[in-house]
Amino acid sequence: MNQQTKIHVEHLNLHYGTNHALKDVNMDISEHKITAFIGPSGCGKSTFLKTLNRMNDLIPNVKIDGTVLLDGEDIYSPKVDTTLLRKKIGMVFQQPNPFPMSVYDNIAYGPRIHGIRSKVKLDEIVEKSLRDAAIFDEVKDRLKKSALGLSGGQQQRLCIARALAVEPEVLLMDEPTSALDPISTLKIEELMEELKHKYTVAIVTHNMQQATRIADYTAFFLVGEMIEFGTTEQIFSMPKDQRTEDYITGRFG
Amino acid sequence: MSARPTFDHELEQLNTDLIKMGTLVEEAIENTITVFQTQDYDLAKTIVEHDRQINDMEKIIESRSLSLMLRQQPVAVDLRFVSTALKVVTDMERIGDQAADIAELLTHMDGSHIYTVIQHIPDMAKNTKQMVHDAIAAFVQLDLELAERVKKRDDVVDDLFNRVKDEVIKILKTDGAPVDSGIDFLMIAKYLERIGDHAVNICEWLEFRLTGEINHTKLL
Repeated sequence: MNQQTKIHVEHLNLHYGTNHALKDVNMDISEHKITAFIGPSGCGKSTFLKTLNRMNDLIPNVKIDGTVLLDGEDIYSPKVDTTLLRKKIGMVFQQPNPFPMSVYDNIAYGPRIHGIRSKVKLDEIVEKSLRDAAIFDEVKDRLKKSALGLSGGQQQRLCIARALAVEPEVLLMDEPTSALDPISTLKIEELMEELKHKYTVAIVTHNMQQATRIADYTAFFLVGEMIEFGTTEQIFSMPKDQRTEDYITGRFG
Repeated sequence: MSARPTFDHELEQLNTDLIKMGTLVEEAIENTITVFQTQDYDLAKTIVEHDRQINDMEKIIESRSLSLMLRQQPVAVDLRFVSTALKVVTDMERIGDQAADIAELLTHMDGSHIYTVIQHIPDMAKNTKQMVHDAIAAFVQLDLELAERVKKRDDVVDDLFNRVKDEVIKILKTDGAPVDSGIDFLMIAKYLERIGDHAVNICEWLEFRLTGEINHTKLL
């Protein structure tokens, strides 16, 4: 597996009005790896995740400067079509949010928006996406039934399948298992392990054991600053910064 | 202020137990050396009894460490402390065993001249005792410099062991040599030499605890 940089972040600053929420963040996110962002609530990790596919553009009074390159291309360039950008960089949220429609239509939604009309092609995409999200066997007999009837864990894997249906290159996950039971959580973690062979994954998690289980790299954020970034082994065994150690060992008062 | 008083308290208890076990192990060696000097065979018998307490302490520390791992899932500095606790108790327990083994050998010997016949054994005993004392102190006080001194002293002990061996060989070559005693002396010397090695192990685990490395090999 190569160690190429998929996303390069340089001197990234973000202000919400007068609140300086991200302070000069620099990071290289490696292709085909899982990178975890950890830190206490309000540290900027979710905000940072959202800058990677310009989800913060939608928030009023946001000012972003610095550079975010996807495969060397500036995603904040005025030429960038954000819809296409978000096709390349998909996102999965904390609460599973299936659309109130059938399992099939949930998955076919994105491809249809991007112009795919062929029934055969859509069938193929739906099955492949559901298989890649390790949920096909559980829903294959209820593709035409409402997605809202699925369990929380199934809904979250459906949302992952929906994100995969538009063939992204990067998957951003914002606490994807915090609303799930331990078994569903393990299924999603196993799934991420599979997904990283095809995609690049970045995940925000409050669960540090989760970061140690699944992430290749971990970044620790504190009040808008990225304090430390390294291999997960290094961060959780020999952190270089005392603040990282205080946080991961729970010594924060 | 720490957000984890319970965890801190448990780590503190683990440290206290390690100090307690260290004290028992040091006592075992001191008693063994006293038996050398005084041929007090009643004391030799208590060393064997004393070893049971050391073994019990080992189990208590193992149980506490495993329980901490299960419930607190320690990371970083905490993980290195708890995992080294699990390692050093094994070395401490072996030191206790070997002190008891020496005591047992002494009770079987007729006491004649143990301390004088083989002139380098007292020196070995003195040095290994100091090594064990320093190794445990270094581990508890996180003193890498002291740990380095323990490692240096191990070279002295190894050298003394070779001298004892030469002395024993010389004795065994004489006519009507006390073959049994000669072999017992050699075994005692070997036990002392092994005790020194365990003290060095404790120092290496201290190095890992502080740096994540042992002899420049990264373990974690």
